[in-house]
Amino acid sequence: MTTQSGTTEAKASSGFDEITILWISEGMSCDGDTVSLTAAGQPSIEDVVLGLIPGLPKVNLVNKVLSPSLGGEDFLAPYRAAARGELEPFILVIEGSVPNQNIIEGDGYWTSFGNDPETGRPQTLNHWIDQLAPKAWAVVAAGTCATFGGIHAMAGNPTGCMGLADYLGWEFRARSGLPVVNVPGCPIQPENFMETLVWVLQHAAGSAPPPPLDHMLRPQWLFGKTVHEGCDRAAYYEQGDFSKDYNSPKCQVKVGCWGPVVNCNVPKRGWMAGIGGCPNVGGICIGCTMPSFPDAFMPFMDEPPGGTLSSMVIRPYGAVIRRLRGLTNDMVNHEPRWRHNKRRLTSGYDPHWRA
Amino acid sequence: MTTTARSTKRKPAQIVDMSWDPITRIIGNLGIYTKIDFANREVVECHSTSSLFRGYSVFMKGKDPRDAGFITSRICGICGDNHTTCSNYAQQMAYGVKPPKLAEHITNLGEAAEYIFDHTIFQDNLVFVDFCEAMVKATNPGLLARAERTDAPRGDVHGYRTIAEIMKAFNPFEGEVYKEALKVSRITREMFCLMEGRHVHPSTLYPGGVGTMPQPNTFTDYLSRLMRVIDFIKKAVAMNDDVFDFFYEALPGYEEVGKRRILLGCWGAFQNPDVVDYRYATMNEWGRAMYVTPGVVVDGKLVTNNLIDINLGLRVMLGSSFYEDWVNEDPFVTHDPLGNPVDMRHPWNQTTVPVPQKRDFDGNYSWVMSPRWYHPDTDEHLALDTGGGPLARLWSTALSGLVDTPYVKATGGTVRITLPKGEKLPETTLEWKIPKWSNTLERDRARPYFIAYAAAMALQFLEEAMGMLRSGDTKVYENFEVPDESIGCGFHEAVRGVLSHHLVIRDKKIANYHPYPPTPWNASPRDIYGTPGPYEDAVQGQPIFEENGPDDFKGVDIMRTVRSFDPCLPCGVHMYVGKGKTLSTVHSPTYGANHG
Repeated sequence: MTTQSGTTEAKASSGFDEITILWISEGMSCDGDTVSLTAAGQPSIEDVVLGLIPGLPKVNLVNKVLSPSLGGEDFLAPYRAAARGELEPFILVIEGSVPNQNIIEGDGYWTSFGNDPETGRPQTLNHWIDQLAPKAWAVVAAGTCATFGGIHAMAGNPTGCMGLADYLGWEFRARSGLPVVNVPGCPIQPENFMETLVWVLQHAAGSAPPPPLDHMLRPQWLFGKTVHEGCDRAAYYEQGDFSKDYNSPKCQVKVGCWGPVVNCNVPKRGWMAGIGGCPNVGGICIGCTMPSFPDAFMPFMDEPPGGTLSSMVIRPYGAVIRRLRGLTNDMVNHEPRWRHNKRRLTSGYDPHWRA
Repeated sequence: MTTTARSTKRKPAQIVDMSWDPITRIIGNLGIYTKIDFANREVVECHSTSSLFRGYSVFMKGKDPRDAGFITSRICGICGDNHTTCSNYAQQMAYGVKPPKLAEHITNLGEAAEYIFDHTIFQDNLVFVDFCEAMVKATNPGLLARAERTDAPRGDVHGYRTIAEIMKAFNPFEGEVYKEALKVSRITREMFCLMEGRHVHPSTLYPGGVGTMPQPNTFTDYLSRLMRVIDFIKKAVAMNDDVFDFFYEALPGYEEVGKRRILLGCWGAFQNPDVVDYRYATMNEWGRAMYVTPGVVVDGKLVTNNLIDINLGLRVMLGSSFYEDWVNEDPFVTHDPLGNPVDMRHPWNQTTVPVPQKRDFDGNYSWVMSPRWYHPDTDEHLALDTGGGPLARLWSTALSGLVDTPYVKATGGTVRITLPKGEKLPETTLEWKIPKWSNTLERDRARPYFIAYAAAMALQFLEEAMGMLRSGDTKVYENFEVPDESIGCGFHEAVRGVLSHHLVIRDKKIANYHPYPPTPWNASPRDIYGTPGPYEDAVQGQPIFEENGPDDFKGVDIMRTVRSFDPCLPCGVHMYVGKGKTLSTVHSPTYGANHG
């Protein structure tokens, strides 16, 4: 199932020359998605902010971690202006899950972002989302917490937190007609996020259609395939050859890897600049990009239930194929007999040969 | 407050409320609320609050203990790997498993890359914006004019002629060093990923070892990247020394900014694989063998470097925080494995019950608790700080005098760090000397020195790992069983300082789990005894050197102090109410705009 986002309700993009990114990381978050963003080199955040990438609007990035501001009202000024409807267009990026304020009686709060200028009371994240999401040109959820709830929405959590689309409604549409754009990952793979942002910005500039998203509002070109489909250890799987512990370069499905059923491109893409990853470098996939993360995947180091059956089924086939490939491999590990340093040429060369 | 110009003539107080919420260029939610006496140019009062609660110790209960390293990594988006590492240390104690030596080297190499990455991006892209040309021009134009006339003494190393040129190189998104630091932060994260899979939440770390495949290229890929940044590190130390020395010289009395009593904690980093066995009973021996020596330093003296003493002294206080007390609950751990009694306020016995409530600066105002260290000799509950991490690590290591390696040597009063020849600069030995003060500039100065320290240790770990690999010893993981009942504790140095994880297992499940990262120590509010948290000490009474008056005040000196601690988690500060009369209220200082 696919949501061709924006194709039904989208207003024609006016092709903005300039756009502001209002980033709020005050969800149930660790700021890891902001930090991860700075690892991207394709393109880097400074490439986008300094206008190196052609075809994008001028970008004004407002992000707590990178802000040159000293903080407080100076930092909050653009958020307040946007809430008053005096700053547009802007893209709202939320990092961290949205806590349930309704379970709190009285004046308590799970997380806040600045204070009410009139009362001096903390303004909750929920307040800011209510103010800003309806006015935003686009709304982006960065990280599995903001997209689906993530680790902080684990069973037994006290805050009742949830993803942005759970909070705004999955049918929510921003001014652009785009639904919430979900970029899951714990944290976001740096280049996955930058690539999505670049597409959204190209769309804002009027030079690209809306980004194609799947039914969970994820960019299709990044999350359309499974970990296993891009894993360079998958061949061990096909040959029924599995790691029994973490000392092995073989397929890790029997020691906890959920890669065959998880939508994520990290093994194919590497973590950054093609370096690192998860099961491709010995780290079991714990499903951190998925809506059911983490509960469906715990205990992480146990074999996924489905892995038992499939690895059992593949084993006899794999054993035969592995043996046959071994024989062929042995054959192709020998050079042809005409490669020698003897006095006679044996390659079959005939100067007068005609077809 | 000791500067003569200030203390001789005390003027009638002119108090203004100033607040900054949220604080930028840190990790996490933090608000700082002060009263500033502009007549006498000092901070008289400060409240600080943190406004985020997620509840790790609540939702980890009942889960499989092997999941703890994966879950706790998500506590922090810039040093999550420190949590995974620390969690695995605690689990290894609880399971009674010792990972293969090569796994320790790989973990050490990953953590070394984390220090280099994190300190670099924080110092050059977050902290140094407070010292850059644009900021100094807006806060101390007179100082900038002087910086333009002042030659940089170490220009032969870093290539900048004057102090102002260095400051210009740190202008955000435009300065040369600012941009280069972003690139270096990527190269060093690639080094990290080679060892721990991905950043910041590792994929290849497990209790019992690592899943990283030890191959020659694993280590040469790391080494070649390390050598690519080695000259950048030498230059960073030189540039930082030049700028901070200039501040002391150009602004007499600046050493008072962010100064507090020397109360430093360091829980040790970089396990020595030849010694560590993760048994509680031998924790003193393997703790002292770590390549960053644990220690509690009080008033310049080493109180202990025994991790068992350190562990037993931990107390978690309430007093200003949004929680119910647990003092009437049943304890989880009455005695440690050596038979020593464990206090009810020790993390092993803590129960976290959040109570969201109205923020009240005269009562409870923060989601942060107040960790303290009980000093048995003086019967004090010390509000230790970490000096942002590097200051306490270098101080404890220098005083202990135990680290003696080819690249790093602790002499008793200094730490000597030797970095090899790089692309342009020759082999260089840097010497960090124990400073006169625990203050803002020394916290900041220690940071690049510790980057050099981590790089130097990485060279040793690489050599040892390559040696093992060449001899055919490639085992990186040891199997274990999760026991029905057990306890464990992990001690590590997160980038920002002390990190402990305390784990209790019952019926093979997590019965209790409490991670204590550095920021709760640094940013804690007043405890039940009224003892102020470290930020409080540091900001309280600090002089104001900014040239702006109340109308266009930016508070850069206060922000420099807060950032010198490298805040990275929900945190809180509360300072006692000053005696001055409040004349006016300014909700938040801005660039020239009065939001009264």
